[in-house]
Amino acid sequence: MKHPEPVQRIKHRRDSALQTLVGAIPYAQFLGISFERHGDELTGVLSYDDSLIGNPILPALHGGVIASFLEVTAIVELSWAMLWDDLETGRLTPESMAQNLPRLPKTIDFTVDYLRTGLPRDAYARARVNRSGRRYASVHVEAWQDNRARLFAQATGHFLMPQRRDG
Amino acid sequence: MPTQDPQAFINALPFARALAMRVEALGNGRAEISMPWDPRFVGDPATGVIHGGAVSALMDTCGGAAVLSYPGASTTATIDLRIDYMRAATPGQRITARAECYHVTRNVAFVRATAHDEDAANPVATASGAFTFDRQGGAA
Repeated sequence: MKHPEPVQRIKHRRDSALQTLVGAIPYAQFLGISFERHGDELTGVLSYDDSLIGNPILPALHGGVIASFLEVTAIVELSWAMLWDDLETGRLTPESMAQNLPRLPKTIDFTVDYLRTGLPRDAYARARVNRSGRRYASVHVEAWQDNRARLFAQATGHFLMPQRRDG
Repeated sequence: MPTQDPQAFINALPFARALAMRVEALGNGRAEISMPWDPRFVGDPATGVIHGGAVSALMDTCGGAAVLSYPGASTTATIDLRIDYMRAATPGQRITARAECYHVTRNVAFVRATAHDEDAANPVATASGAFTFDRQGGAA
């Protein structure tokens, strides 16, 4: 019987792959978005910065920051779900990913529902892939700040999936 | 609404300034705002195309500006915004959004917008949204 892969190696492989994926998106870096991972579950983290403010009188996060955070989270979740099996079976490694960055899904449409004012502090988001076919995917994203149950924004988007290079 | 200097509108919004937005025209429920291509705004490094989120931020800012320039408006906030992406914006080119606040009720403003790069005949994205609408003098 084959020994299971050591836990530290699994974690390192998954975390490096995630880091490669997210680190390659300049706009995610520009906004200060990072991702936390538990197994295959991802949580987007938007680290607060004064430059993210839209209304300085309230003050509140810019609606465009919120839309961007939700869209980045949706795309990373969808890409992560798309790459997961190949990463687990070893068809893809963090090294080969870095050499040849995976093509990302393209947004077809994105609808943001602004539920509450975005407060000047960190925000979190999780996306759920409701359907992912060979060509199209539908993703829902929810974002919160202090309380997981009190969403301050949510969004639904449709995406065109990249075609696999090996056909 | 600081109509005497339209750019003052952007300068008061830290994130609009971070995206280097420029007011091209503003007044009577219509706004035109542009944003340069910048490597920091790229979404897919394989193509160099600006991230959809940056286009959303431009559309949201332009939509909000259109509402605030509607006669009698005081403050606004986005209720919802839908963006349809028609094509990838050409890397290196400036993106310009035009928004129109085409109807207001006592409390709600309806907005539609389009964005294009240097090829003005082929929109990059269109948007429609609802914004809160508060009148000057607070007749809420």
